[in-house]
Amino acid sequence: MAGGMTPAPQGNGTGYRAIVGPLLIPTWVMIGIFLVLPVLLMAVYSFLTKEFRGGVVWDFTLAAYDQFFLNRGLFGDEPPVIEWTYITIFWRSIWQAALATLICLIVGFPTAWFIATRPARTRAVWLFLVTVPYWVNLLIRTVSLKFLIRENGPLNESLMALGLITDPLPLVNTNLAVQLGLFYSYLPFMVLPVYAAVERYNFALSEAAADLYASRWVTLREIVLPVVKPGIIAGCILVFVPSLGAFLAPDLLGGAKTFMIGSLIDEQFRGSQGNWPFGAAAAMILMTLVLIVLTVYARAQTKGDAR
Amino acid sequence: MKKLLTTATAFALLAGAAHAEGKLSVYHWFEYIPQELVDKFTAETGIEVTIDTYDSNESMLAALKAGKLGQYDVAVPADFMVKIMADEGMLDTFTPEEMPNHGNIAPQWMDVYFDTGRKSSIPYQWGGTSFSVNRDVYQGDISSLGIIFDPPPELQGKINVLDSQNEVLILGSLYLGIPQCTTDRDQLKALNDMLLNAKQHWASFGSDTSKDVLVSGDAAAGMIYNGFSAKARAEGANVEYSYPKEGHVLWMDNMVLLKDAPNRDNAIKFMNFLLEPENAAAVTNYAAYTSGVTGVEPFLDDAIKNSPENNPPADATPGVFAQACDAETQKLYDAIWTNLKK
Amino acid sequence: MKGVRHYPGFLAMAVACLVILYAPLIVVTGYSFNGSTSITTWGGFSWRWYADVFTGPDAPRFKAAAWNSITIAILAATTATAIAVAASVAMIRGGRFKGKSATFALINLPLMVPEIVTAVATLIFFSAIGLTTGYMTILIAHITFCIPFAYLPIAARLQGIEETYEQAARDLYATRAQAFRLILLPLMMPGILSGFLLAFIISLDDFIITNFVKGAGMETLPTAIFGSVKQGIKPNIMAISTMMLAVSVLFVTLSYLVNRIGQRTRS
Repeated sequence: MAGGMTPAPQGNGTGYRAIVGPLLIPTWVMIGIFLVLPVLLMAVYSFLTKEFRGGVVWDFTLAAYDQFFLNRGLFGDEPPVIEWTYITIFWRSIWQAALATLICLIVGFPTAWFIATRPARTRAVWLFLVTVPYWVNLLIRTVSLKFLIRENGPLNESLMALGLITDPLPLVNTNLAVQLGLFYSYLPFMVLPVYAAVERYNFALSEAAADLYASRWVTLREIVLPVVKPGIIAGCILVFVPSLGAFLAPDLLGGAKTFMIGSLIDEQFRGSQGNWPFGAAAAMILMTLVLIVLTVYARAQTKGDAR
Repeated sequence: MKKLLTTATAFALLAGAAHAEGKLSVYHWFEYIPQELVDKFTAETGIEVTIDTYDSNESMLAALKAGKLGQYDVAVPADFMVKIMADEGMLDTFTPEEMPNHGNIAPQWMDVYFDTGRKSSIPYQWGGTSFSVNRDVYQGDISSLGIIFDPPPELQGKINVLDSQNEVLILGSLYLGIPQCTTDRDQLKALNDMLLNAKQHWASFGSDTSKDVLVSGDAAAGMIYNGFSAKARAEGANVEYSYPKEGHVLWMDNMVLLKDAPNRDNAIKFMNFLLEPENAAAVTNYAAYTSGVTGVEPFLDDAIKNSPENNPPADATPGVFAQACDAETQKLYDAIWTNLKK
Repeated sequence: MKGVRHYPGFLAMAVACLVILYAPLIVVTGYSFNGSTSITTWGGFSWRWYADVFTGPDAPRFKAAAWNSITIAILAATTATAIAVAASVAMIRGGRFKGKSATFALINLPLMVPEIVTAVATLIFFSAIGLTTGYMTILIAHITFCIPFAYLPIAARLQGIEETYEQAARDLYATRAQAFRLILLPLMMPGILSGFLLAFIISLDDFIITNFVKGAGMETLPTAIFGSVKQGIKPNIMAISTMMLAVSVLFVTLSYLVNRIGQRTRS
């Protein structure tokens, strides 16, 4: 093969084909053993029995899912009715994650567009500025936000100094603070992929539309959005998925009373509940939801490619 | 795969072996031991101390049962929890001869029901749990647990509640006048309904945050430990600790020797160190509770000794200790707590 | 020309976006220089909380945590980058092979599974096989979830490198290893550096998974900070936050420079 004058077939002329297996073994081993296997084991654990006072017993049962979906009364001997508590927590988490995604899009799209339309030099500065928060520790950003919106914090004091409000807004420990935290946490995740899509956008399309007397906003809706849609969808996924399982925002900004999925699961493992099977079941349900979202996304993607 | 696992296990064992030399692994409550005291112990013995914290007896038990047993040398459960852990076989024992300062244990804390003759535990600190109110916000009468469970309009939505099953449920039971460890379904239902109704007026659940929310003003009233309330007052919050007429919770925290402790000898040394009156007093001066060691008085700060939190008024209703219920009964209380927290 | 690019209000939105992103960080940076012990009142400019981080009562805890964080990040990022280099060569230079799309899915799996789920699953796994949680378990977990972050920039770079360079080397009787070491590796270097930096920062940042799999007495910077802020935001936490902020800015600058060099060598 080496030294031959005829061009080697694509992807085979460099000699790596023969060692694909050895090259991939580390990846298979690491992700296979330390992610795939654990997730499968978690699925098994969700069917185990909680030992009284914590720990698990290897007796298979549907108790965890039963606790999630059915309410059998305080003493467990009443006829089962639908348990709305956990469904509500999941529903509220989905709703909050969706809202965070929407707000991120409303703020992120114009920002990305604006940056992509700057001349090269200023664009680099803008891009640098939106990238920095993306690299800053999420915990630190959440703590900073909490400091800013505290009852006697800088935000309330500024608003009061400006005379906009007379009493400090009670933001911390509310759903609003959690919502704000999700939006703030994942905003950079929206701007960057949308920017990447807008940057590749061919503005001649907009000009052609303008020549045909389409207004700016019609052009945006009819021409731009369909073209940059993949970037927008990627941004939405990058915001929605981590928002759904967020732990820091609800825990630090919402107090322990406003549960989201993430804090509910955390409570089962690290809090006083010590109910591993129930936590595993909740994690399974969360993962199923995310997989559904990603599958729909992948389907849309391949359909888009086919077109 | 197997090879990798073996290698990983070998690494872990190596790390574990290195761990056994001059180390001590403590599982402790948050904000319960001054760093200076730990440094003093390290200076005297050369033993390096690492401390992980927990925020309730129940979460400590759950973590240990879920695999952390064998990683820690000592923990600091309250009275009833010592009993539970002993019954679960989670404690190791020592003899008084191993611990020269064993005789310093105050007589009243020596023959306790949860560890007669103190073979697995030593007294750490004891104190009480009720609630405190910010007097800038509310000036009315605070002599009833109704402040927490049926709060006046000024305090509604501004109350922090301890994230601690046993304390919340006992205070609730005291408020309703029902006994602990009851199996009477009507009483349990009443407790459950009362708590669910009260929850709408609560802003947050939190034990480690219970001082900070009072100091920062995020909460105007909160369930709290007496010493922690004294610390909130020392940090500038205008809070008053209540000795409610229905009663309050009493507890004695004990340092226990855990089963499979990786550094048993160092653990004994540390417990002996904490039975030294001067060191026990250092904990009291820091945490603002009361020591269970004799001879601490000369070392105590006057502000701690004479604090209103540590000295209930003469006519105060006496506190009650938590009882360790039997398993079947405990499951009913667990259900109430799960129901409340969800 | 300018007309179709301009939308009224987009400038305002972009400025608002920056204000939102930076306001909390700037406020915390400002207050980290507050000389007062109270976080609410301003006591003049001072470095005291920075001194407190290094010499105060919490200093040993934060030093140990920082050491753990940095060593874990270096080890995890290095290992993940090595794994990702091998994987990207196989995926992009290996032609078609059986299980390629499954492997692609596997590499991206850590990005798809929500972090809390990974955390729970990993904890259950370690506890089931009886592995004591500690430094080793954190490292294993970090390597695993860093792989896709290292892989993405490396694979993107490799895709842009034409095979002709290596083929020319092979035609001149270079062995596969020589062609890799002397030709492909230097060309891939900007991608490898980007991948390493990204993996490093992702490992340094991680809180949720670390918090689940850390063992007795083990802290990383995020878990130590989280433990502290639970009892209120203290001024020394703001000083640590500001220092970590500075590290992040440094890393963005580094990765920006690496990318620029990469673009230059490519053209």
